[in-house]
Amino acid sequence: MTRVALFLTCVNDTLYPDTGRAVVKLLTRLGVDIDFPTTQTCCGQPHYNTGYRHEAEPLARHYSGVFGPGIASGEYDAIITPSGSCAAMVRELYPRMGERARGEGRGDRLAATLAPVIPKTYELTEFLVDVLGVTDVGAYYPHTVTYHPTCHGLRSLGLGDRPTRLLGAVKGLELVELPGAQECCGFGGTFAVKNSDVSSAMGTDKVRNAASTGAEVLCAADNSCLMHIGGTMARLRMGMRPVHIAQILASTEEEPLS
Amino acid sequence: MSGMSGTFVGMPAFPKAAHDAVRNQTLRANLRHATHTIRDKRARAVAELDDWAGLREAGRQIKDHALRHLDRYLIQLEEAVQAAGGTVHWAADADEANRIVTRLVRETGESEVVKVKSMATQEIGLNEHLEARGIHAYETDLAELIVQLGGDRPSHILVPAIHRNRGEIRDIFVKEMARWGRPAPDGLPDTPAELAEAARLHLREKFLRAKVGISGANFMVAETGTLVVVESEGNGRMCLTLPETLISVVGIEKIVPTWRDLEVFLQTLPRSSTAERMNPYTSMWTGTTDTDGPHTFHLVLLDNGRTDTLADEVGRQALRCIRCSACLNVCPVYERTGGHAYGSVYPGPIGAILSPQLRGTTSEIDASVPYASSLCGACYEVCPVAIDIPEVLVHLRERVAEGGPATRRGTKVRLKPAKGHAAERAAMRASRWLFTHPAALATGQRLAARTRRFHPRTIPGPGKAWTATRDLPTVPAEPFRDWWQRTNGGKDADK
Repeated sequence: MTRVALFLTCVNDTLYPDTGRAVVKLLTRLGVDIDFPTTQTCCGQPHYNTGYRHEAEPLARHYSGVFGPGIASGEYDAIITPSGSCAAMVRELYPRMGERARGEGRGDRLAATLAPVIPKTYELTEFLVDVLGVTDVGAYYPHTVTYHPTCHGLRSLGLGDRPTRLLGAVKGLELVELPGAQECCGFGGTFAVKNSDVSSAMGTDKVRNAASTGAEVLCAADNSCLMHIGGTMARLRMGMRPVHIAQILASTEEEPLS
Repeated sequence: MSGMSGTFVGMPAFPKAAHDAVRNQTLRANLRHATHTIRDKRARAVAELDDWAGLREAGRQIKDHALRHLDRYLIQLEEAVQAAGGTVHWAADADEANRIVTRLVRETGESEVVKVKSMATQEIGLNEHLEARGIHAYETDLAELIVQLGGDRPSHILVPAIHRNRGEIRDIFVKEMARWGRPAPDGLPDTPAELAEAARLHLREKFLRAKVGISGANFMVAETGTLVVVESEGNGRMCLTLPETLISVVGIEKIVPTWRDLEVFLQTLPRSSTAERMNPYTSMWTGTTDTDGPHTFHLVLLDNGRTDTLADEVGRQALRCIRCSACLNVCPVYERTGGHAYGSVYPGPIGAILSPQLRGTTSEIDASVPYASSLCGACYEVCPVAIDIPEVLVHLRERVAEGGPATRRGTKVRLKPAKGHAAERAAMRASRWLFTHPAALATGQRLAARTRRFHPRTIPGPGKAWTATRDLPTVPAEPFRDWWQRTNGGKDADK
């Protein structure tokens, strides 16, 4: 039996527990044994991307301390996270942090500490399609949905059509294409407040494109982007719902998404 | 005036300039139309080549190799140019380059020059420098002409008048051409063909009269001493061939080792910039020839912060740039603000990593442009020399926020953290502490959950930047970790 550790992320843990419960429900249904190490916190992405690499380093070490031993002992086969940008932080930027520390004459210690968790961290849809080899997860969701591929999922992780293949196999779900799908929604972490005018302009264009599809739901694989998109939709009274892909994939006829 | 162009001194920080730009509906419409058109055309032109990834990697490696051995290739270039009858001058900064060019023009006895579109001469503010010394410089690239006649600033590397629509261009021609030379024809309409013809007649007068031409170059070939200008109109060719004296001001990073290296860039540059399979006017010259073209040729090699940039392990990749502008055209931030907000002749994503390296991060605008990105990565994806722009942006944010090592005028310095980041630094430290103390984090989450009914819908201070346009998410009754512990990972029934 596959056993995985869930890295839910600080944003989901605090603000979107429903997404975490959906991941647990979905993976359990697919026969995966899931654990949530309760000492987990944040991957350090907000610090790193805002220019505080030295504040991000302790958080990367903490992540490795939480998940590394379980990977090393074989207790966990993988670390699963329902966030494209947090997965990209670990896989793309942790190696870079190690290299930079080496370049600053601090030796290989950071790189060695982070090495075990880097290749074992998977974004949820990646794990479903590539590791479990499923696209039909037995979900039921009778709604019109448009999908926004978030930037880190699209360009850093290269998720490609994995999310839309998963959505395409959901019973009752009608998937409609989002115009300008590959354009950033304007969230960008601290960018959303540091450059709020541009961020809001990007967000407004994104939700207008979403509204033009006539879909009831805008789906993405990252709640940070959905927080920005959903906040914009609510302010503009769009009458459209932002929903994380895990919640759609967890929904069944017996237990529909509430 | 510090090292670089005086045109942008005193620019406000990016967010303030952007605040006005995003509210300018004409500007937004002009930019949206133009960037999307070029963006889509570029994507089609690139998709035609099945070896695009290979060309991109080759371009990256050629540039990296040339930069690694820049000292050797520059000497080789100097020798080759001199052997072909040219003269080479070395300029450490903008002031020195401007002084050299002024002296060279004065030596010809002329008081006007025609210019090929050139980023390097804009970077150093050459036109303004010459004007102040009684030498008139006429821009001959159509878009640069529009910018110059309009008393405007360029807002794009490749299409400097991208922020203008044809109605605005017609008005500028009608109003301004007469002051500079041949006036616009009476009753000039705003159709592209008529506008181009008006510019053609206006410029023809300049070409036939000018004795001195000033250019930059897209490439310099070290082994042969050949300079290359890639342009679309043929106006550059006129400036490069008709005058008696040609002065080229070129950044030292424009060097490629061999003639054969051009094979790569003459494929990637046109497709990335104008979405053309082959560039319309590619001019190449090696020194001078007795029978044709300028009989005097000067090459001014410009440093102006480039060797300092080269000293930085992460930032040096910005010097690979071939000025194609693909990153501008695909950038969602540039699309909404235009180029002026970046406060530099280098706008958009590449400008956000070039200006703070060439000029340093001491001015308000240069310290703010590294943050003018959502780090969406579209720029890196389209870059034909694979500059990881988001990586350099984050690196420069670190330089601004945390300070650290940098090189200024050849000397290693340790920069202090920029002012105005103290509150942010404290918040980052506090959250780092919280995130390395899970029990404290859990307590904080519980507190937020219990007080959720009292959370305001709008928040003051920096939070206002969020709530002005977006609702806040509702804090749930229970964080996930509490649910997990209470229900034994969902195995026990929810109570």
